[in-house]
Amino acid sequence: MSILKQREALLALAILLLIGLVATRFPAFVAPGSLVNVFNDTSPLILLAIGQMIVILTKCIDLSVAANLALCGMVAALMNGAGVPLPLILVAAIALGAALGAVNGLLVWKLGIPSIVVTLGTMTIYRGVIFLMTNGAWVNAHQMTDDFKALPRAVILGLPVMSWVTLAAIALFTVLLTRTPLGRSFYAVGGNPHAAVYTGINVGRTQCLAFMISGGLAGLTGYLWVARYAVAYVDIADGFELSVVAACVIGGVAIAGGAGSIAGAVLGALFLGVINNALPVVGISPFWQMAISGSAIVVAVCFNAAQSRTSGRIILKPQEVAR
Amino acid sequence: MSIWKKALTTAAVATALMANAAAAEDVKIAILVKALGIGFFEAAAKGAEEAAAELGDVEIIYTGPTSTTAEGQIEVINALIAQGVDAIAISANDPDAVSPALQKAMERGITVISWDSGVAKEGRLMHLNPSSSALIGNTIIKLAADHLPEGGDVAILSATSTSTNQNIWIEEATKVLPNYPGINLVATVYGDDLADKSYREAQGLIATYPNLKAIIAPTTVGILAASQAVTDAGKIGQINVTGLGLPSEMAGAVESGATTSFAIWNPIDLGYAATMIAYNLNKGTAKAEPGASIPMGRMGAAVLDENNEAAMSDPFTYDKSNIEQFKSIF
Repeated sequence: MSILKQREALLALAILLLIGLVATRFPAFVAPGSLVNVFNDTSPLILLAIGQMIVILTKCIDLSVAANLALCGMVAALMNGAGVPLPLILVAAIALGAALGAVNGLLVWKLGIPSIVVTLGTMTIYRGVIFLMTNGAWVNAHQMTDDFKALPRAVILGLPVMSWVTLAAIALFTVLLTRTPLGRSFYAVGGNPHAAVYTGINVGRTQCLAFMISGGLAGLTGYLWVARYAVAYVDIADGFELSVVAACVIGGVAIAGGAGSIAGAVLGALFLGVINNALPVVGISPFWQMAISGSAIVVAVCFNAAQSRTSGRIILKPQEVAR
Repeated sequence: MSIWKKALTTAAVATALMANAAAAEDVKIAILVKALGIGFFEAAAKGAEEAAAELGDVEIIYTGPTSTTAEGQIEVINALIAQGVDAIAISANDPDAVSPALQKAMERGITVISWDSGVAKEGRLMHLNPSSSALIGNTIIKLAADHLPEGGDVAILSATSTSTNQNIWIEEATKVLPNYPGINLVATVYGDDLADKSYREAQGLIATYPNLKAIIAPTTVGILAASQAVTDAGKIGQINVTGLGLPSEMAGAVESGATTSFAIWNPIDLGYAATMIAYNLNKGTAKAEPGASIPMGRMGAAVLDENNEAAMSDPFTYDKSNIEQFKSIF
């Protein structure tokens, strides 16, 4: 527990250091308004990283999150065009996302296909479905109603709604993971699936639930994304799943499952978010940007790997560790 | 088949063709598009009808396959040959696949040109590009400069740093920059044609350059994302977003004022110009050879380069006055 706390503290320190470094080149970056902006901009990444982290906890991976996001976003935009009221759209987006997640989950659970293969397939299918629904056409700003676009940017107590949604999700899932039997079973399934079975946990069902949570969050983010950028088309959030996995890995979530925390995933996402938002303002040549953000990921992961040699948070320990 | 027989058939075909040409009162020009039901091409057909009305003795046959495939277009080409049209103006789904069928058409005396999306050199007499890199480069700077009489800082938000089209346009734009005194290009950033990255890059530009007066985005994703970023930053009126976009996508930004004007080729002009060229080549008033100048009615004249290609005009500018008309077209 203390190692874990330490790792997250170190990551938080690294983020502060990064912000400080950016501030030396572009002081306005640390203005409160600008930092709120960075958090708000990183919100979609944080939301998806929370879902992805839970999936990774159970020894699975969900590569279809970005495609799920795009599909739910498109459906939300089309429902808006058809005159469906906003609360219903929100519920529908989350439900559809969870259903798409359940497709992944059921394939993993009932057919025992490796999750990387399943989600690699559904990733393409979900994008293909958007194409089928729209024939490749875009839904543009003038085809969306004003309240549909306004919700994520409405400011309450100095923070946009999108940030509040993210904060609520962080709180909700922290409680879920640390204070409920379901949350503990996610750790158990990933930590030692065999032992989990003996304690009466249904491994497949737990993994399926993890996929549904990830999907539901992707659905919600789909609406937020489309409303924020005021455009929906086949390729939105293309390649975003890799950023999400990277955020989890940076945040110290063990790819082998069973170890990780919401705080870690959130900090991992924030780390990437700060880099993404800082690079355009510090005046680094665009040709260097990709290499720099890539290096930052590798350094963070190397650092994590060195840290996690001492084993992380494993509830049901394998025999050799327990001895 | 003996040589004698071959010669006879050729003669017969030639006579038939000549008789056909003499009997036909109108010049039948087929506007063959990538697929039916696409707004852009419907608009081009409108332009073709406009040219036909101006010329008088022209009958327009607007046709195409139901889906954007080369096979579909080849079938349509064969049908057009059988119908005995006088000219085919094609926007091809594949530059090479349709070439043999078009060569067959040319052997039968049909005037074949391509427009919008070209055909391999041997499959057409000439190709009409909607615009040229130089014209586009000039236009995107001009769009920004027109609304900055006193000059000011402008920045370019492009697609990826490796996209050929955008890089050529930006290069051409930089070349003409000295013609616009006071316009100061402060940065070129790349949004990778991703909505979120383009949005962030635009935010970065707004934060880094407090005196920024215009963002030029020669990409449809970028111009939309930049408009949204300017709107969200409350900078409408201070920063003008311009570049290349589609009217259907940009209608919201023009309405909100984030974008004063933007450009893209005009499909109506393109259909009009293609029809004019097909007519003139068919009538023999112009020849398709390098350096030749083919009249295009109100669009001026198309000057062919060494590949028998020509550029129609500057991209067409869209603003509040015409966006309503075009947003439903493409």
